[in-house]
Amino acid sequence: MGSTISSIPFAGTSEQEEQLLEVIEQNRDDKGCLMPILQQAQDIYGYLPIEVQKIIAAKTGYPLEKIYGIVTFYSQFSLNPKGKYKISVCLGTACYVKGAGEISDKVKERLGIKNGQCTPDGKFSLEDCRCIGACGLAPVMMINDEVYGKLTVDSIDGILAKYKD
Amino acid sequence: MEMINVKINGMDIAVPEGSTVLQAAHTAGIDIPTLCYLKDINAIGACRICVVEVKGARSLVASCVYPVNEGMEIFTNTPKVLESRKKTLELILSAHERKCLSCVRAGSCELKQLAYDLGVEDEGYYDGENIDYELDLSAAHMVRDNNKCILCRRCVAVCSHNQGVGVIGANERGFSTHISSAFELGLGETSCISCGQCIAVCPVGALTEKDNTDDVLNAIADQDKYVIVQTAPAVRAALGEEFGYPIGTNVEGKMVAALRRIGFKGVFDTNFAADLTIMEEATELVERVTNGGKLPMITSCSPGWIKYCEHYFPDMTENLSTCKSPMQMFGAAAKTYYAEKLGLDSKKMVVVAVMPCTAKKFEIGRDDENAAGVPDVDISITTRELARLIKRLGINFANLPDEKFDEPFGISTGAAIIFGATGGVMEAALRTAVKMITGNDAGNIDFTDVRGIEGIKEASYKVGELDVKVAVASGTANAARLLKKVQSGEADYTFIEIMGCPGGCVNGGGQPQQPAKIRNFEDIRTIRAKALYDQDASSEIRLSHENPAIKAIYDEYFEKPGSHKAHEILHTSYIKRGL
Ligand code: SF4
Ligand code: SF4
Ligand code: SF4
Ligand code: FES
Repeated sequence: MGSTISSIPFAGTSEQEEQLLEVIEQNRDDKGCLMPILQQAQDIYGYLPIEVQKIIAAKTGYPLEKIYGIVTFYSQFSLNPKGKYKISVCLGTACYVKGAGEISDKVKERLGIKNGQCTPDGKFSLEDCRCIGACGLAPVMMINDEVYGKLTVDSIDGILAKYKD
Repeated sequence: MEMINVKINGMDIAVPEGSTVLQAAHTAGIDIPTLCYLKDINAIGACRICVVEVKGARSLVASCVYPVNEGMEIFTNTPKVLESRKKTLELILSAHERKCLSCVRAGSCELKQLAYDLGVEDEGYYDGENIDYELDLSAAHMVRDNNKCILCRRCVAVCSHNQGVGVIGANERGFSTHISSAFELGLGETSCISCGQCIAVCPVGALTEKDNTDDVLNAIADQDKYVIVQTAPAVRAALGEEFGYPIGTNVEGKMVAALRRIGFKGVFDTNFAADLTIMEEATELVERVTNGGKLPMITSCSPGWIKYCEHYFPDMTENLSTCKSPMQMFGAAAKTYYAEKLGLDSKKMVVVAVMPCTAKKFEIGRDDENAAGVPDVDISITTRELARLIKRLGINFANLPDEKFDEPFGISTGAAIIFGATGGVMEAALRTAVKMITGNDAGNIDFTDVRGIEGIKEASYKVGELDVKVAVASGTANAARLLKKVQSGEADYTFIEIMGCPGGCVNGGGQPQQPAKIRNFEDIRTIRAKALYDQDASSEIRLSHENPAIKAIYDEYFEKPGSHKAHEILHTSYIKRGL
């Protein structure tokens, strides 16, 4: 399946690392310490890349795989940063029957990323989602807070072009 | 022990307090099927193939983790139980790549056996879409095939709890759940120590060693090559299991006969090199003790342990004996001393090793293991692969005569044979160290304190003027516990033996796989080790320093233990790998 290490270069700051180390210090003696540490680490960095998970592994003594297993078990955690523009393609029932699958595939193809990933330039990230309550406009997608409805495969290029910078 | 009275299928039976329903049923002569449960390793009650009815319980219970209590009434064979097990099994089978005809585990697969035993009628009943997983071929020693994985998690448990490594685990959730490493890296890119314990416990064909049997046959077919073979002590104590012999049968003679029929030009015993190791290692120990060298000195025979030390205790690599493992010493001596004796170019010699171990496949590719300018050992196969070769070539194992190893590397001692069990290297080394230090042999050469399968053993001996404190650990999680005591200063040993696999090589990752229905009730480590201790007790020579072939090799070639030449050929170096 290929490695899931994020292709976006890690840009953590020393302040973030200090915060993380403090969080670990406060929690590490508890038996169930990994969940709170991971939640706060995600708050600090916005996602949980290998660099962050390795710090947690080294400081808590838990194997990296154990941490990674938890991170990939819960959908609240992300291995990839969010892009400047967060795209969510609705795959709820109404959208799906109107061809949201093809829309989603088209977006993926254009951006060259999979669900949950972010483009290498940090601009777009993609998250399939369930119903966003705009079924009348199906199929729909959102880019940050903007809703686009009655999508066709051919309309995608034009929409993405609006987000040049 | 407090006994508890229960009824199983209407029969009264008393079992010790704390027993599980599974154990109680076994006592009553009923083996409940299991998949995820493996004694001392995995007890997560997850697969539910082991369900039974308990009177008063709301639903079926998982017998492997359900404790008995007084007066409990258990039913193991009702239609409801049998239906449930069959359905559970059919669901597992629907997500399983069923390619038994080409599966290396077809002869020892617990899943296939269960399907047969439970009378599955349609293995494809619940078939649906499945994820197509790529094979993980990245590690030197093994292949991971998630298409055959049934998610029992025995491998995960043994790797993290018993080995203290934890490089494999369950990732993602639901339908996408699969076993792999962090960030889906290949196993070869992690700090996996190549011990193969995961392979040894896997009930199916999802985890297998990298098969090198074709390499052996191709080398033998090559007219330009001179192919010789060596066999580790523990192999003879387990190979018979692949041919229907009871566990613990020593099949040394038939094994030698089979190897000859496979076509090796020389059939030799790694035990010879074990004796050589003892000479070098005991000399190194005495050296370190008298010259203030790094102590405690730790044995270096087990390549799984060596890799563990390099990853997890990189600060302690100076404590490792610089002696190559017996397998590597054998290859090094064969390609120098023996090749010269034969007048053979060492590049034409192929040394094959039959090992109870998968980490040996990694070890043969290490740096600084090439005394003659070519790798000391060319091909390392497991006990299981040897059995495969014997079967493939149509060698009728049971009808073979008992034959003897070839000389000069066929002569060995009782001290060498016990290398295959935890504590054996320590005992063998003590026998010779006593002689080196005091000039006399120990009054009693049976150092029984260091025998047995406990994970950590300690003893201290007065040798001449010296107090020698020793410790023995097997299974790398136990090794970590022991080394933490050393690092904290809580313990000050002189000499430590560590084997990567729990119980030592008899339980190596390359040994025949025994199914859970055996392992849950018998300790295969103890039974196999007994075969080795029995051979030691009945050996004519039981001290490495009295092996005439060892005396000869020093006289003719190495001069004396620890000589410059011995260091160049028989010793090695380590890498601080870290995590
Ligand atoms: S793992 Fe077992 S059931 Fe699966 S293909 Fe191999 S032998 Fe058959
Ligand atoms: S070979 Fe040993 S260390 Fe590697 S994954 Fe298997 S059990 Fe873990
Ligand atoms: S690889 Fe084997 S031992 Fe590990 S979970 Fe899968 S079936 Fe079980
Ligand atoms: S739940 Fe008992 S063997 Fe799996």
